[in-house]
Amino acid sequence: MMNEVKKSKKLVSGFLFGIIFGFLLQRSGVSFNDVIMKQLMLLDFTVVKVMLSAVITGLIFVTWLNHKKYLKLQPKPGGIGMTIPGALLFGVGFALLGYCPGTLAAAIGQGSLDALTAGLPGILLGSWLFAIAWPFLNRTVIKIGHWDDRTLPEMLSLSRGFVAVAAAFCCTLILLFLEINAY
Amino acid sequence: MIDWLFSVSWSPYVAGIGIGLLAGLTLLISNKTLSCSTTFAKSAGLIERSFRSNKAVVTERDFFHKHKPEIDWQWMLVFGAVIGGFLSATLSGSFQFRMVYDWWAGNVSPGIALRWIIALVGGIFMGFGARWADGCTSGHGISGLIQLSLASIVAAVCFFAGGIVTAHLLVAVFSGGAV
Repeated sequence: MMNEVKKSKKLVSGFLFGIIFGFLLQRSGVSFNDVIMKQLMLLDFTVVKVMLSAVITGLIFVTWLNHKKYLKLQPKPGGIGMTIPGALLFGVGFALLGYCPGTLAAAIGQGSLDALTAGLPGILLGSWLFAIAWPFLNRTVIKIGHWDDRTLPEMLSLSRGFVAVAAAFCCTLILLFLEINAY
Repeated sequence: MIDWLFSVSWSPYVAGIGIGLLAGLTLLISNKTLSCSTTFAKSAGLIERSFRSNKAVVTERDFFHKHKPEIDWQWMLVFGAVIGGFLSATLSGSFQFRMVYDWWAGNVSPGIALRWIIALVGGIFMGFGARWADGCTSGHGISGLIQLSLASIVAAVCFFAGGIVTAHLLVAVFSGGAV
């Protein structure tokens, strides 16, 4: 019984976070196919601006929360045969579809029929095909050059706080560059 | 304040700061990273299971053994994002049924059937690639980057590298060869 209550609370919290996420994505414009295509054509930098300001904010916030031991980090594992081909294929899909999985959800909410009738079944089908191919890929190419879930501070033997501030500073410089050059 | 709620768009910086705070809060409150793409794989498993008479075929697949097809926190997050997108679009008056957006119509093709096919193929690549790289623009591109994860930094660069090259090729092919 307690378990059921806990589980529903968890689902409700996910739903509420999702509403805020979808709202922010839609209102910033990144749920529009136009905006994503123009970003990939390097004509409009809204997507990069949203992402980098999210990264700067999140970096400082999460590094501080982690320093205070309020949360544990969950970095994802990767590898040469996993991250690079997977992410490049994702990029191909990103340009053909003109949404990513999160913005696709917000786009469906704003009435984008290409997202609903083609993007959604496409991603479902692609994910399913991967589930079928997984045993083979996992035995072969995914194994190549595995580098576990390491993070930059560990690799550089520097404190997480220092690397976070340095990375946030670099992201800020990129944004300043974009603004100065009127992108 | 009220005007702001109804305004057509917000500064990308305001939205970005909000998303950054959100990514921290999901880790803090729900112990989950703000990420979306696994939901599509789990949903694919749920759909396959609903079609099969022998349900074990699905659960015995190694992949679905590891990623149980079920409605979980992240599934509700993605569903919530649809509702959030609807609320935002309705409040700002930008809700509109659209199959082909202006930029696409002008630079690729105004054809509805062609848009449908390219978007479907794009979705297939995206779903396959997201599982291969174990994350998407939110899971790697935001949640992973704020944790300074090596995999996420490499993934974010490759998402955009693949996307930028493909978008330029697409426009070159459909506008008659001139890049």
